[in-house]
Amino acid sequence: MQSSISLSLSSPSPITARSNCGVDSYSPHLFFNNTTTPNQLRFCGLRRDAFSGCKSSSSNNAIRFNQLPPTNKVFASLSGNGTPSKGFDYDLVIIGAGVGGHGAALHAVEKGLKTAIIEGDVVGGTCVNRGCVPSKALLAVSGRMRELQNEPHMKSFGLQVAAAGYDRQGVADHAQSLATKIRNNLTNSMKALGVDILTGFGAVVGPQKVKYGKVGGTETIITAKDIIIATGSVPFVPKGVEVDGKTVITSDHALKLETVPEWIVIVGSGYIGLEFSDVYTALGSEVTFVEALDQLMPGFDPEIGKLAQRVLINPRKIDFHTGVFATKITPAKDGKPVMIELIDAKTKEPKDTLEVDAALIATGRAPFTEGLGLKSVNVQTQRGFIPVDERMRVIDTKKKLVPHLYCIGDANGKMMLAHAASAQGISVVEQVSGKDHVLNHLSIPAACFTHPEISMVGLTEPQAREKAEKEGFEISIAKTSFKANTKALAENEGEGIAKMIYRPDNGEILGVHIFGMHAADLIHEASNAIALGTRIQDIKYAVHAHPTLSEVIDELFKSAKVVGCVSSVTPEAVAV
Amino acid sequence: MSSSLLQSRVPTALSFSSSIAGGTKPQWRFTSAPAVTFTRRTRNSTIHAKIREIFMPALSSTMTEGKIVSWIKSEGDVLSKGESVVVVESDKADMDVETFYDGILAAIVVAEGESAPVGAPIGLLAETEAEIEEAKAKAAGAGSSAPSTPAASAPSPPPPPAPVAAAPTPVAAPVAADGPRKIVSTPFAKKLAKQHKVDINKLVGTGPFGRITPADVEAAAGIAPAKSSAAPVTAAAHAPAAAAAAAPAKSAPTFAEIPGATIVPFTTMQAAVSKNMIESLSVPTFRVGYPIITDALDALYEKVKPKGVTMTALLAKAAAMALVQHPVVNASCKDGKSFTYNSSINIAVAVAINGGLITPVLPDADKLDLYLLSQKWKELVEKARSKQLQPHEYNSGTFTLSNLGMFGVDRFDAILPPGQAWGAIMAVGASKPTAVADKDGYFSVKSQMLVNVTADHRIVYGADLAAFLKTFAKIVQEPDSLTM
Repeated sequence: MQSSISLSLSSPSPITARSNCGVDSYSPHLFFNNTTTPNQLRFCGLRRDAFSGCKSSSSNNAIRFNQLPPTNKVFASLSGNGTPSKGFDYDLVIIGAGVGGHGAALHAVEKGLKTAIIEGDVVGGTCVNRGCVPSKALLAVSGRMRELQNEPHMKSFGLQVAAAGYDRQGVADHAQSLATKIRNNLTNSMKALGVDILTGFGAVVGPQKVKYGKVGGTETIITAKDIIIATGSVPFVPKGVEVDGKTVITSDHALKLETVPEWIVIVGSGYIGLEFSDVYTALGSEVTFVEALDQLMPGFDPEIGKLAQRVLINPRKIDFHTGVFATKITPAKDGKPVMIELIDAKTKEPKDTLEVDAALIATGRAPFTEGLGLKSVNVQTQRGFIPVDERMRVIDTKKKLVPHLYCIGDANGKMMLAHAASAQGISVVEQVSGKDHVLNHLSIPAACFTHPEISMVGLTEPQAREKAEKEGFEISIAKTSFKANTKALAENEGEGIAKMIYRPDNGEILGVHIFGMHAADLIHEASNAIALGTRIQDIKYAVHAHPTLSEVIDELFKSAKVVGCVSSVTPEAVAV
Repeated sequence: MSSSLLQSRVPTALSFSSSIAGGTKPQWRFTSAPAVTFTRRTRNSTIHAKIREIFMPALSSTMTEGKIVSWIKSEGDVLSKGESVVVVESDKADMDVETFYDGILAAIVVAEGESAPVGAPIGLLAETEAEIEEAKAKAAGAGSSAPSTPAASAPSPPPPPAPVAAAPTPVAAPVAADGPRKIVSTPFAKKLAKQHKVDINKLVGTGPFGRITPADVEAAAGIAPAKSSAAPVTAAAHAPAAAAAAAPAKSAPTFAEIPGATIVPFTTMQAAVSKNMIESLSVPTFRVGYPIITDALDALYEKVKPKGVTMTALLAKAAAMALVQHPVVNASCKDGKSFTYNSSINIAVAVAINGGLITPVLPDADKLDLYLLSQKWKELVEKARSKQLQPHEYNSGTFTLSNLGMFGVDRFDAILPPGQAWGAIMAVGASKPTAVADKDGYFSVKSQMLVNVTADHRIVYGADLAAFLKTFAKIVQEPDSLTM
């Protein structure tokens, strides 16, 4: 955030700088000129910390840079939460203080809106408390365990490591303390800005009216010019599954790492399931995947999925059943193991019964939208999701927009990722403060933090082919291997590929998929290019430090063949 | 997906250092994919079955073995000449391999992720559907695997060797005890069974709920349970369900777990000790004890103590002087075939430090005088406490001294750690007033200590050690030479 403020004071945002001005207009020394007051600096630090827990910062900033308000407005916002419009308690009330609500709140204050956020549980929502954040702590441990246990890998470095071991409680504590730290950072960042944090369950009671309070206790009604619903989601548990929190668990329980079962079934092989398989196998468990579709890792680009399976599944203590539903899962009790009944996904005939020590239900997430008082504004959820248009405006039963009511994040189901929620929140704040804004969801990256990582942005190859066929254009594929990257080889991590799907006629990037070391960090060059509309013929001239993993992406851009399109940017020569 | 993918399969771009000026990047195109070679299997002439074996191609002159990255086609897919069938990994890139023949991919012999030597069959191609079954039977011939597994990995398809009767396990019998019992085996157990060609259906599991564990498979395959440390080798084997699930999976097999126990992983030093202790079992050692009267030594000690001389230095000096006369006790056996006579006498002294054990070394203990030795010893102890000992200061010993006398221990055995330059270690007990009869039969009370030397019997024999101890005892009992 520090950067966005100092940049706004020095007038040209990076975007405008790129198109109209010389490169030197945003050279680093300006940062120092503008960050004058010490308390400004401190507040910046807090916000940056708060963001570091989630994957959202880069895309947020990109959006923010595009539409920064005039300078004086920034100063106004720094002085605290704004004053509400006439007749309302608040300009903006956000129901749910997860990453989406938090991102919206911060941006709203920056825009000078008087903002309140209602939280019924703990600040931070799923991502911070029961999702991305604690799981990254567990994965950090599993990555190290995996490396230390991999004798040939260590030997290839000339390292000798005596038997690696772990203390389960220590690992669990690391995850918990990380969540606490990030939660405090989030809370403090909102408090520092003067966002009113209202405690209790929030619900809509009518147009521009929200109530909050303890269930069954006293409830307070407040009015707001605009309302954002950001209530998120909870683990989805299919019917027939009995969750006891001990032997049949969801990600909520698994993140506490109360046990490391010898053999665990993971139902669902998406992001959540894959990440947990990484954690459990590194800690010594054996894993069996149960996947309803015919293929593991649905949702990933098929080629990436295949490679990932070769690296993340086949050599590990993992087996799998695909094309089956788990119809009944009974927790371990009365001296019996966890029982899982499987039926064929197509024929519905019983197929197998698994007897294992534990089962993790990772079948996705269900929106948390009950009790929101949506009937008062004539809104009907669809499979629990709140219907919205491309501007996150809520749609009622008559297919009409509900004025001043928005829904972001998992609750609308557009893209169930923390940073997507935050980006949607910022987009909404832009709109309510008078600027139209539509978020390009195809520019939102996603990552799976296995070892090695998987990341992606935009379309998969089959999606791109379908689109190309429909709209009548050609697509091409470029691929590079981590095997040829110096840095990856230095780390003995040559396993991996990067793949780009693009239009050879105009150089548009349609999708990028990376599987390999630090893929989650590498994807942003591609996602930023998509967000800003940068074409391959331009970005291929950008320079990458050598030797770095980023050269994998550099190679990807350079190996693409764009026909008949020359670079649109002619950089001005800068004397050095 | 496969066919559409193939149309646009772009050249795998191989990049080298990107700091090389752009433009003329070496780029390898595998447009002309290496083709698989086939052989006709000349079968019994009655049916002119045309089952061809697909071989692991040689993708480069140096390639001896290839790894199957992925099968682009699945079993049962119809192939036409020129189509890519399989992706094989070489050291630089993954290459598509094409077929030269039309046919049906009947069986995959080498599964994805597995390797096969160049020329080994990796799949079978049938000409007509009728032959698929035959090909499959052939592929599956080697392993009597469960029908569910799609491809039995049998890298040697031709004459199926008699099913590797998974062998001399004592567990093979009581299978059909209670009717057709469901066989439960863990994912890793299945993988191991496939790898070692163990018929999992013939095993009886010893894991929780009678499931077959990796350890069961390893036992059946006759492999010593590998020290696959991370694998929680079925810790609480017969514990009740809840306990089994709750127990933090850790190694330490076969011990019943007592609830509430704390598990503290080894520190690096402790792990090193543990490793050395296990390795010490490979050295054939024996022990010889000797009583030594220490009155004279004690008297000397009282005399030199004010000058900073320690008992450790006295004993080290005495041992060093005795070793000069018995070089074989100062030797070591490095390869099991020869004596290594050390050129200097370096006395290592075992010291307990915070949660561990280390052996600082007094170099040239036979040459340095008592005062220098004592001074050196103080330095070493300081360094050991602050963990600043350099490797040569703790691993250059040629003989080791371990003294537990200060605790009142009268005698003990020391373990001779392997891999060092020493062949013997001396365990020194406390010196205690003891009634001793002299050669004329008169009793008197003297201070006596028991020393016990452990030695590597490959080089040091009983008489050698006895002679050494006699010399050592003489030096201690007439210690004047120590101060010279």
